[in-house]
Amino acid sequence: MSHPRVTGVGLTPFGEHSERTGRDLFAAAGLAALDDSGVDPDDVEALFYGNFMGELAEHQGHQAPLMAEAVGLDVPATRFEAACASSGAAVREAVRHLRSGEADVILVGGAERMTNIGTAGATDALSIAADDLYEIRAGMTFPGAYALMARAYFREFGGTREDLAHVAVKNHDHALPNEYAQLRSEITVEDVLDAPMVAEPLGLYDACPITDGASAAVLTSAEYAAGHDLDAPVAVTGTGQGGDRMALHDRDHLARSPAATKAAEEAYADAGVSPDDVDVAEVHDCFTIAEVLAVESLGLYEKGEGVTAAREGETHATGEMPVNLSGGLKAKGHPVGATGVAQIASIAKALNGDSSWSDNIGDARVGVAHNAGGTVASATVHVLEVLE
Amino acid sequence: MSDKARDGEYDDLLDAIEDGDGYYLTCENGHGWLPPRRVCPDCRSRKLTETPFPESGEVATYTTVSVATPQFSADTPYTTAIVDCGPVRVTGLLRGVDPEGVEVGMPVGIEVAERETTGDRAIVFRPR
Repeated sequence: MSHPRVTGVGLTPFGEHSERTGRDLFAAAGLAALDDSGVDPDDVEALFYGNFMGELAEHQGHQAPLMAEAVGLDVPATRFEAACASSGAAVREAVRHLRSGEADVILVGGAERMTNIGTAGATDALSIAADDLYEIRAGMTFPGAYALMARAYFREFGGTREDLAHVAVKNHDHALPNEYAQLRSEITVEDVLDAPMVAEPLGLYDACPITDGASAAVLTSAEYAAGHDLDAPVAVTGTGQGGDRMALHDRDHLARSPAATKAAEEAYADAGVSPDDVDVAEVHDCFTIAEVLAVESLGLYEKGEGVTAAREGETHATGEMPVNLSGGLKAKGHPVGATGVAQIASIAKALNGDSSWSDNIGDARVGVAHNAGGTVASATVHVLEVLE
Repeated sequence: MSDKARDGEYDDLLDAIEDGDGYYLTCENGHGWLPPRRVCPDCRSRKLTETPFPESGEVATYTTVSVATPQFSADTPYTTAIVDCGPVRVTGLLRGVDPEGVEVGMPVGIEVAERETTGDRAIVFRPR
């Protein structure tokens, strides 16, 4: 099979840009990706764009053609919405189009404007990734949902708030050299444990921040990259997507994320790799407990064993299984619709040797990106590899 | 209550709980769900029948929310719990117990009450 190449990536700095419009954020990321790729913009055939809360944050639906126009493209443009996995879903469809020969060059990306509606407004907007009738009306918030999962995890497998605090500390440390990250500050386990509660047992430092930002990547067919002498050794070799019941109470497990497990198994089989082959991972740590669920669903850890990985130093850049070298959602920030493609950008940089942590990860060859929507009723997993 | 349209089977269920006749739906294979459902998402059975809630359920997991949406600002802090009610699990507000006193496994009964901020109805659990 011919594997699509990641020929260029672009990000805005993630952070508080409350006065920047979504279209300006995406234009900056999209143009950066086009410039990075060296692809002639006239060759781009489609935009696949992820966004979650544009109607609530900017009173703007139908965003995809607006975003294509913002980057100067006159192409068919489609928005993907899968809550926090929106641009992961966009990547997956781009990969499938490129593999099938339907297209040779696709711009994928996402954007989210969030801080302009404040903490209460963003909490409200994020909550609608849950079931309105049976969860939101019972007070379920996004942090609240993960708090329910964290307590269930502690009860089923063990683990403590202190174990989770190490995830936050590790991801803050990873973000320190990342110029695109929102939170570039060193924190301690005590800082995490002493922070105000958001939804017990999760506190403020267990949660990702509210973030404005955009991401983009130019994906091309292998044939196009070869034919245009593009220096693009990183390919998307595996794609997977899983689904689950919408409401947490209707799931088979309260302390696992089977949709991500299914997505991972499909992506690994697609790429012909196993979890043992993975050198570096970017996972969806919207909350500290979410990183634990993610590394277990990816098969990097057995069920119930992921919770101590950060505490043991294993998932740090200096450990044997580096996770979230970008700082993850926790410290890099989580502009919801942009996150999936930002993960692809981070893995591509790591595999290209362009990561701030490249000295620590050596010649990493295989990376995975895990993007989850809601309480993981949607999940996408992509395998990226260095192909010469 | 606002004058917005009723949400069909959801509001019907809340009416029934208020009348002491709360129910869930079960298929012939014993899978339980909250309405509306036309098909069991587990076994695809389309034969779903109303089954009374048990007298009490058990708290499966819970959280006390300190940062809420504007629709819950006056309710905050509040406790949300997922409760095992036989073959169906239900999410609701847990009232009548201090957050520190909540335990996984504690028996609770299902009721309907008003949310403090908006006056809208919600599924509420109280210790039994």
